[in-house]
Amino acid sequence: MTSSPPDSPDRPGAADTLTGGPRRRRAPGSGGSRGAPLPLLLPALVGLAFLVLPLVALLVRAPWRSMPDLLTSSEVWQALRLSLVCATAATAVSLVIGVPLAWLLARVEFPGRGVVRALVTLPLVLPPVVGGVALLMALGRNGVVGQWLDAWFGITLPFTTAGVVVAEAFVAMPFLVISVEGTLRAADPRYEEAATTLGASRFTAFRRVTLPLIAPGVAAGAVLAWARALGEFGATITFAGNFPGRTQTMPLAVYLALQSDPEAAIALSLVLLAVSVAVLAGLRDRWMTAS
Amino acid sequence: MTRTARRNRRMSQVIGVSAAALLALSACSSSDSGSAGASDASASGSAPDGISGEVTVFAAASLKESFTALGEQFEKKNPGTKVTFSFGGSDALAASITGGAPADVFASASPKTMKIVTDAGGASGAPATFVRNQLEIATLPGNPDKVASLKDLTAADLKVVLCDKAVPCGAAAQKALDASRLKLTPVSYEEDVKAALNKVVLKEADAAVVYQTDVKAAGDKVEGVKFPESADAVNDYPIALLKESKNTDAARAFIALVQSAQGQKVLGAAGFLNP
Amino acid sequence: MTDAEKTARGAVARRAPGPVRGEDARSGPADAGLDARLVVERGAFRLDVTLSAAPGDVVALLGPNGAGKTTALRALAGLVALTDGHLRLDGAALDRTPPEARPVGVVFQDYLLFPHLTALDNVAFGPRCHGATKAGARALAAEWLERMDLTAHAGAKPRRLSGGQAQRVALARALATRPRLLLLDEPLAALDARTRLDVRAQLRRHLADFEAVAVLVTHDPLDAMVLADRLVVIEDGGIVQEGSPTHVARHPRTDYIAHLVGLNLYRGRAEGHTVRLDAGPAITTSEDLGGPVFVAFPPSAVTLHRDRPTGSSARNLWRCEVAGLETHGDQIRAALTGELALAADLTTVAAAELDLHPGATVWAALKAAETHAYPA
Repeated sequence: MTSSPPDSPDRPGAADTLTGGPRRRRAPGSGGSRGAPLPLLLPALVGLAFLVLPLVALLVRAPWRSMPDLLTSSEVWQALRLSLVCATAATAVSLVIGVPLAWLLARVEFPGRGVVRALVTLPLVLPPVVGGVALLMALGRNGVVGQWLDAWFGITLPFTTAGVVVAEAFVAMPFLVISVEGTLRAADPRYEEAATTLGASRFTAFRRVTLPLIAPGVAAGAVLAWARALGEFGATITFAGNFPGRTQTMPLAVYLALQSDPEAAIALSLVLLAVSVAVLAGLRDRWMTAS
Repeated sequence: MTRTARRNRRMSQVIGVSAAALLALSACSSSDSGSAGASDASASGSAPDGISGEVTVFAAASLKESFTALGEQFEKKNPGTKVTFSFGGSDALAASITGGAPADVFASASPKTMKIVTDAGGASGAPATFVRNQLEIATLPGNPDKVASLKDLTAADLKVVLCDKAVPCGAAAQKALDASRLKLTPVSYEEDVKAALNKVVLKEADAAVVYQTDVKAAGDKVEGVKFPESADAVNDYPIALLKESKNTDAARAFIALVQSAQGQKVLGAAGFLNP
Repeated sequence: MTDAEKTARGAVARRAPGPVRGEDARSGPADAGLDARLVVERGAFRLDVTLSAAPGDVVALLGPNGAGKTTALRALAGLVALTDGHLRLDGAALDRTPPEARPVGVVFQDYLLFPHLTALDNVAFGPRCHGATKAGARALAAEWLERMDLTAHAGAKPRRLSGGQAQRVALARALATRPRLLLLDEPLAALDARTRLDVRAQLRRHLADFEAVAVLVTHDPLDAMVLADRLVVIEDGGIVQEGSPTHVARHPRTDYIAHLVGLNLYRGRAEGHTVRLDAGPAITTSEDLGGPVFVAFPPSAVTLHRDRPTGSSARNLWRCEVAGLETHGDQIRAALTGELALAADLTTVAAAELDLHPGATVWAALKAAETHAYPA
């Protein structure tokens, strides 16, 4: 991993020419499109157009004139606020339980690990509405676990804001786990070993060495999870229902607006997009400067 | 950013598929069988009365069971014909018809959604109401909360789900509540009638205001409670021949079958009211 | 310190069975230092080595790649579980102790300095884990960096350090926890040749100051001989030879060691001054021995001739064929096959005069006085 440059302690400025270390800095402007081969460039541009075109269409067809009226409705802001709060909470939940899960999958050998990994990614392929039904059956008032939550603690999750967070975390956490696990696999486990030989428990080694090392991967996973949670619709409406201010997030508001007023739906979608782009771009800048 | 956008868009496409899965889970007997076998339709052999070829019917989701049965009857009666259904939310179907989807017949769950098609000039002739659907309260099996009237639903500790006002069953429920000056705060405004019903089937909600046909289709998983205010919010189901139809004879014949005594009997068995 | 002194102070071989030992003497208090038998089985591979050392000893585990020396080191650190055997350090059994609770410091092959921490915080990491306050740990780390002459680089992240600096930070980090056993895995392998000389000398000084047991793993005989009081040569998971550097160099017991220290080594049966090799001709030696012996001679002792030399005083003469030529500085080492497979060193000038090329036939001569025979 660590390539070792020549020893030159007394040469001033030598440090600048040194390379090595796990994270190598790249000179700004290197690796630009200059000389990009056509067989790569063409599909890349097609890919970009494919992703951006629907977005452009949405902008073109947006009802700009009625936009101000639509956007001053308090229900829109209520839904937007709820979306941001719930997506952030779901990301936090995913971090707290998803990062340790990723660590377990990446670092601990146990029988059936492959099966467990497949199970973790299951919410990715499960249609979200089915995910919502599954959550009802597990955590609903009569669910396998939910009935005990209700009987012992008086907690019922369906139709509550907490239910929205649960549904969003269920769908979004796999993105975080996969991203963090990948980063962990790429990270050198011997740093953890080095930490333990210095007297660190495995948990301390994880907290003080591994976690800082994989921070970029965790951040990327968290952003993926947050974005997925923000756009989550199927599991949310199925598990948590749809009630303005309590469980009606933006995607739900957009979907229901689509039933009666497609123009309003477009406007709401644009609000959701604008906010998520602003947040993601802001975060990205922060890591770039932090790393 | 763009990825999020794409996911959002994909989400709304996934909804249809997911909704089908949801229905399957609640044993309301639903699948995509309506669209199966559409490809092998050919105009081989003509029926005695000259009707042949393929008829594509866009119909409200609540018509699925009865229309599927009627489609089989139609094909049996007119050899050489093939009826292909696309069931879905009336508004989504209306949107695809105005968007140019190739369909011969549109059977909608509300005059409002039919109006989207007629306003766009998509219908050939005036739509006709062929059935009506009335609201009913769906409660847990055995009605443990002793719900007997619409007013009983306003009890504080009762978890009630309604359809969202944007969809026909929600609008109808709101109309009934307004007419009887009742104020009901549900735990959720569901995106469609099947979703509302499902919350009761899964015992997450104590009661839902849905259509009689839905209660009937759910069998013994819910118990229906009729209420007089539902008369104020009866939903008309209009059917119309579409302008873009390539097979008007067969399409007309299918509409005739729906409106015939035989057709009304099938629909009546599913819980629909005759117009 | 001379080799003799080192050996006298040196290593303790305690009731350890197995391979031949050198001239080690028993010394020191019975339970101070390291006493270990490391058995690790992994698939078809089995490591079984017995190590013991007194405080102040520097033991080098020398061996080819895949011999198991790094596994032995990891077993000492607790990073690999023992299948069998025991591990005692200053009288305390460590077999079941997790790595974080062992009084062991490790300098890893590529140092594994935590890239997100400064040099100072890397060194402070250990003391901090051992319960020091943040300020206390940093003060201690600063002391260690000063001792390593690295104060100017205390605030630098590892990627800004040169290889030699990183090596010293790694050493400081390992020593800052005051280990009773210091392990170094190929401590100089990551350095280029020029840096290596300086760092090797520095490391030698630091190891000389270290009061507890140090075990280092290397595949470089020079590193081993310069740094260690005692060599333990491991091949295929077992110890094949053990002793002071000079002893091992003079009496290599395997091809690997012989090749490593630049000797031709053969096994045979001695009858007086003649040793009949197990595979090959007889060699006349200066020693008068009987029974199984090793015969060794350095490649530089061999002289090559284009034609059969007449009137040479060399007692040993073989007709050979050149199998390969390898340049070592201004020397050429020729690998020969034929009557006897051997390595011979000659100057580039001599090689040109002889018109040496692979496939060429040459006569190899060797004086009996240049050979060294010893009982197997």
